[in-house]
Amino acid sequence: MARPPRRIVLSWLGLLALLAGNVAVAYAGAGSLAPFAHVVIAAAMAAVVLVVFMELGRGASLFWVFAGAGFFWLAVLFVLTAGDYLTRVNFAATGAG
Amino acid sequence: MSDRVLEKQFADLAHQSETAELGMWGFIATEVLFLGGLFVAYSFYRYLHPAGVAAAASHTRLVIGSVNTAVLLTSSFLMSWASLAASNGEGRRAARLIWGAAGLGLVFLALKGLEYAEEIGERLWPGAAFSLDTPEPRVGEVFYFLYWVMTGIHALHLLIGVAALAAIGWRAHGGVYSRAYHSPVRVVSLYWHFVDIVWIFLFALIYLPGRSA
Amino acid sequence: MTVTTVAELPHERGGSYLTDGTTLASWLLTRDHKRIAILYTLTITAFFFIGGAAAAVIRLNLLTPEGTLVDAETYNRIFTLHGVVMVWLFLVPSIPTTFGNFLIPLMLGAKDLAFPRLNLLSWYLFVASGLIVLAGLIGGSVDTGWTFYEPLSSGYASGALVVVLLGIFVNGFSSILTGLNFVVSIHRLRAPGLTWYRLPIFCWSNYATAVIMMLATPVLAVTLMLVAVEHLWGVGVFDPTHGGDPLLFQHMFWFYSHPAVYIMILPGMGVISEIVPAFARKRLFGYHFVAWSSVAIAVVGFLVWGHHMFVAGESVYAALVFSFLSFIVAVPSAIKVFNWLATLHKGAISFEAPMLYALGFILLFTIGGLTGLFVATLAFDVHATATYFVVAHFHYIMVGGMVSAYFAALHFWWPKATGRLYPESWARFAAILIFFGFNLTFFPQFILGYLGMPRRYHAYPPEFQVWNVLSSAGASVLAAAYLLPLFYLGWSLWRGARAPANPWGATGLEWQTPSPPPSGNFARTPRISRPPYDYPEPAA
Repeated sequence: MARPPRRIVLSWLGLLALLAGNVAVAYAGAGSLAPFAHVVIAAAMAAVVLVVFMELGRGASLFWVFAGAGFFWLAVLFVLTAGDYLTRVNFAATGAG
Repeated sequence: MSDRVLEKQFADLAHQSETAELGMWGFIATEVLFLGGLFVAYSFYRYLHPAGVAAAASHTRLVIGSVNTAVLLTSSFLMSWASLAASNGEGRRAARLIWGAAGLGLVFLALKGLEYAEEIGERLWPGAAFSLDTPEPRVGEVFYFLYWVMTGIHALHLLIGVAALAAIGWRAHGGVYSRAYHSPVRVVSLYWHFVDIVWIFLFALIYLPGRSA
Repeated sequence: MTVTTVAELPHERGGSYLTDGTTLASWLLTRDHKRIAILYTLTITAFFFIGGAAAAVIRLNLLTPEGTLVDAETYNRIFTLHGVVMVWLFLVPSIPTTFGNFLIPLMLGAKDLAFPRLNLLSWYLFVASGLIVLAGLIGGSVDTGWTFYEPLSSGYASGALVVVLLGIFVNGFSSILTGLNFVVSIHRLRAPGLTWYRLPIFCWSNYATAVIMMLATPVLAVTLMLVAVEHLWGVGVFDPTHGGDPLLFQHMFWFYSHPAVYIMILPGMGVISEIVPAFARKRLFGYHFVAWSSVAIAVVGFLVWGHHMFVAGESVYAALVFSFLSFIVAVPSAIKVFNWLATLHKGAISFEAPMLYALGFILLFTIGGLTGLFVATLAFDVHATATYFVVAHFHYIMVGGMVSAYFAALHFWWPKATGRLYPESWARFAAILIFFGFNLTFFPQFILGYLGMPRRYHAYPPEFQVWNVLSSAGASVLAAAYLLPLFYLGWSLWRGARAPANPWGATGLEWQTPSPPPSGNFARTPRISRPPYDYPEPAA
């Protein structure tokens, strides 16, 4: 294997391009959408690493389950906690304290 | 050689290798929750103080951060190539690629060290001496609390990865691995790629906020 | 279930895992899952008595309303020690690291777990964690309770807290590695013919437990790490003076700590599922339901953590969702209880000690579980939270349930692991005494909580004294009862009758090996072709 397979070279270049893109988005003034854009691009980069470099698609299907379980349960922590933060009613302090 | 490495609870080498890889995926799942917990804490703090966090984050060193990201992506590229070479029985080539990846890991750590030194010099270490020129310096101090914890934990994982790479690089060079038995290379490379993924998210969420103002 | 052949390995004829190597090094450097199980058993027994000693001080102090046996600060340190030791050094590891380690490879028809060296590392990490935790708790003043709530823990507790948190962090690592070993082993080391639906429920339960260990513990580790660093740096993400939210700590802490209670109870349920069929001489009723209920408990158990925070300041809408989900999580547990009862129905029941403990478990767990529905109800919990009602609720499950299951397992598999029979009369007496002492200790606490006595208080209004005295009296009976097995089980090691391979006539691969088993478990890998719990139907 004197030369690396095409798919991993293309993936590497694609990752560098996505990196540049993410930095560009930071300067593009997306406002409150910026964090979501950054996460989406980062997730795309992570997906490339998972599928191409870590060969997630080629091994036993159980690998998918294990990998997915981590992300899924992290999402549960995030979503249910967000359910608290997003539905809190903040009461303004009265003068009496 | 395969007799020496086959453990009694496995039917054959393929069984053992696949089980080792499953074990690493399981470990990665636990790490997703460990490091993910840091991202959860950061996310909700940022939700509560978006402006303060963005202002503090704009003081991170984007150039070093971006270069470091490119360094890690390239090291993952080399490790992926190395894993394929090892599975092909090309021990010497795999060793060179593994050491290349490890070397890039050291480059990352060196740049990180320079970055840390600069930031300590600018009194961005949390505590009594902390100083940040933004409208919400207390929020900035918590941002930097998270910065040091998250990048520090990542750097620790990277250091362990470099050590693991050095070890399997040495064994690959010595011809320990073959077409039939190369799962340690595969397993360590999975860990290495995962550490890269963590940095991808770290970079996106720590270095990029607050740049457009 | 039929097995082709399970001969003793030739070079081990007359030998077993206990006699294969008699040096200290052969034990401390072992890779044999059975020896590691023994190492764990000794360790957690020691921790159990340390945690129990703290409980004794608590109950002695609460004999009088003024609570002057110890001062308030010391009292807080004592219940902190009790909680930390009992949760992380006893309950979480209890059945998985002892019986799980010993039995799972045997039940799978395997020679060991997938990663034996990792298993030994788990034990060393566990021992280290215990020593570090105890050093912090005894050497310093940690008075936050086992829940380490912010901002008390980072801002106002003593520096020994960091030591304790480090210990729990290391403990978490041990837990995660054990969980990983179990999950991978159950996936990959099952003998030919051993499909998932032929596995004993003990394996399903420990699998579900191991999944929770792997997914929940890392969040605890990172959360406690954040608290420790915050304590050291004087600023942190949970710090309200810097815009942080102490409730975020509680979200992350309970994300682990609620599933943790399922880590603690699921293995016990697995034990009961093995014992009830054996002593009713009847196939387990509703095997598929019982198997999948373990998975359901693990999954839904991750979704309910906010019920610990109903009055802490979380939004009422989130509280409603968590309350609803907490009702849902009771369903799979109830399914198990119904299936155990259906197994008992028209069975040929005998009342050896394991069965006595199992029957006690079913009753006490049911009471504890039903009272969980009480506290899951928002309107009730507003009054009952942080009172002795909650204390009684979780002790009914953890002590009435889990510790009973542990003793059930101890007696059921004692002959297998040690090659000795324990004295049955003593064991039955201890089981009945434990049941009596337990109820006397903890039922009055439901009443105290209902009447409004807060938990974690060293003193109380005089009108509560009679119930406290009853509870403390029960605790003294319980303490004596817990000491009994130490004596008669220890006695049996020297003077007990030799045990046959299958003293109970139970099904399961572990009973096909000699008592005690040889180091390699099976000379030849068994082939499984029959369903589990293949007991003959009792005569009509």
